[in-house]
Amino acid sequence: MNLDQFESGDSIIHKLDPRVRISIAALISIAAALSNHLGIITVYLLLSISLVFLAQFSPRQIKDRLKPLLWFLIMIWIFLPLTFTKDIVFTWGWISISKAGILLSLQISLKAISILLIFSALVITMPVAVLGAGLHQLKVPDKLVFLLLMTYRYIAVIYEEYQRLLRAARFRGFKPRTNLHSYKTFAYLAGMLFVRASFRARRVYQAMLCRGFNQRFYTLDEYEPFKLNSVFFYIMAAIGISLILIERLLPF
Amino acid sequence: MTSIIELRNVDFSYPGSTEKILDGLDLSINPGDKIGLMAPNGSGKTTLLHTIMGLGQVESGSIKIFDKPMKTEDDFSSIRTRVGLLFQDSDDQLFCPTVLEDVAFGPLNMGLDRKQAKEKSLQILSELGITDLQQCVTHRLSGGQKRLVALAAVLALSPKVLLLDEPTSGLDTAVKEKLAGILNNLDIAYLIISHEFDFLNNVTNRIFSMEKGKILTDEEIHVHRHEHVHKHGRHPHVHK
Repeated sequence: MNLDQFESGDSIIHKLDPRVRISIAALISIAAALSNHLGIITVYLLLSISLVFLAQFSPRQIKDRLKPLLWFLIMIWIFLPLTFTKDIVFTWGWISISKAGILLSLQISLKAISILLIFSALVITMPVAVLGAGLHQLKVPDKLVFLLLMTYRYIAVIYEEYQRLLRAARFRGFKPRTNLHSYKTFAYLAGMLFVRASFRARRVYQAMLCRGFNQRFYTLDEYEPFKLNSVFFYIMAAIGISLILIERLLPF
Repeated sequence: MTSIIELRNVDFSYPGSTEKILDGLDLSINPGDKIGLMAPNGSGKTTLLHTIMGLGQVESGSIKIFDKPMKTEDDFSSIRTRVGLLFQDSDDQLFCPTVLEDVAFGPLNMGLDRKQAKEKSLQILSELGITDLQQCVTHRLSGGQKRLVALAAVLALSPKVLLLDEPTSGLDTAVKEKLAGILNNLDIAYLIISHEFDFLNNVTNRIFSMEKGKILTDEEIHVHRHEHVHKHGRHPHVHK
């Protein structure tokens, strides 16, 4: 598991205040998600691509980030064009492909890629602790922030525990097959994992209490006041808002 | 001389169970005490440490820490940062993304500002000789590194007394020796749970045991090591 390979860097994006980055990422992604006009969506895509390059991602890294999304998009491209019955552009036997379906698939793909790239550029370029502190300063409820931080920290531990349990089962001759015994075994594994995770959660909380935890998170990272913070914030906010207004007010 | 930690006639059992894990237990830890606690698995050693920290509600008996009677959660939370507890599993203790942040977690909670907390943490890391780990991600450390970082995180609180729960389990000889060196250079009292006679012999000046929910002090037992053929093999064991 490699969740933190982008967090250190010295691009302009890395120097921006976490609050600016989080709020802009949220604003632009919501705006992109709600847009229905292909031209406007393309503008969001171009914007996200420029942000990713501004954050100094290499084309290869961008490709790696997009890979998991690709499978999801392929599913959409397989099913959506077949579901609509209007504007058929192609028929072959009982298969008919609709124009509306293709357009919708295209829109979903472009939006999904834009949002993923925006978050890649702005959010995963900060350490998780900083993300937590930033969300806290933006008045996101503490419970959600803890949930995020703890998930990040313990997902690897719980994964290891799962691997250990599975290994122990394998060493005693367990081979997953399509039968009741296998399903039962996996159910036991999952159950045991929940039990262990909850015990673990209790011990972690106790350990935190022992070090004076008082329901507040602090972070060591300091973000120097940076001239570009407000410049970046206003430019991006202006772009987002004007794109929304253009789509709403101008008749296409 | 007053005790740092004093337990009198403490009873504890887990909710829903009638078995008494601690049964009329007495224990005092005085300044300068370096106590080893060696007892079979399941004899309640970890429960004892957690009881001292107020992580479980005792049924009866009194706990006094720094001469203050401990009754409510508030009493315990006021002393927790002055009693350093090292957990058995370091993964329970290290939850911040980086080592430096984890070590600074306690000092920040105690109200130090960022700069002071960072300085303090760096100082502890350098005392333990692990300054180079400061930017490492905690869950990728080796077992030995995790243990040392967890110890640094506890020491960063400047505790007046340390409670260590099997600090050597799963460590190789080199890390064990390093740990022993660190402990021998500390000038605060501590109590160590361990199954390793050699280690305890090296870092403590008294060795206690536990049986039936009670502490057996070194006046009541004599822990030693002898060489002969024995069903326990070469593992140290307690003779009564």
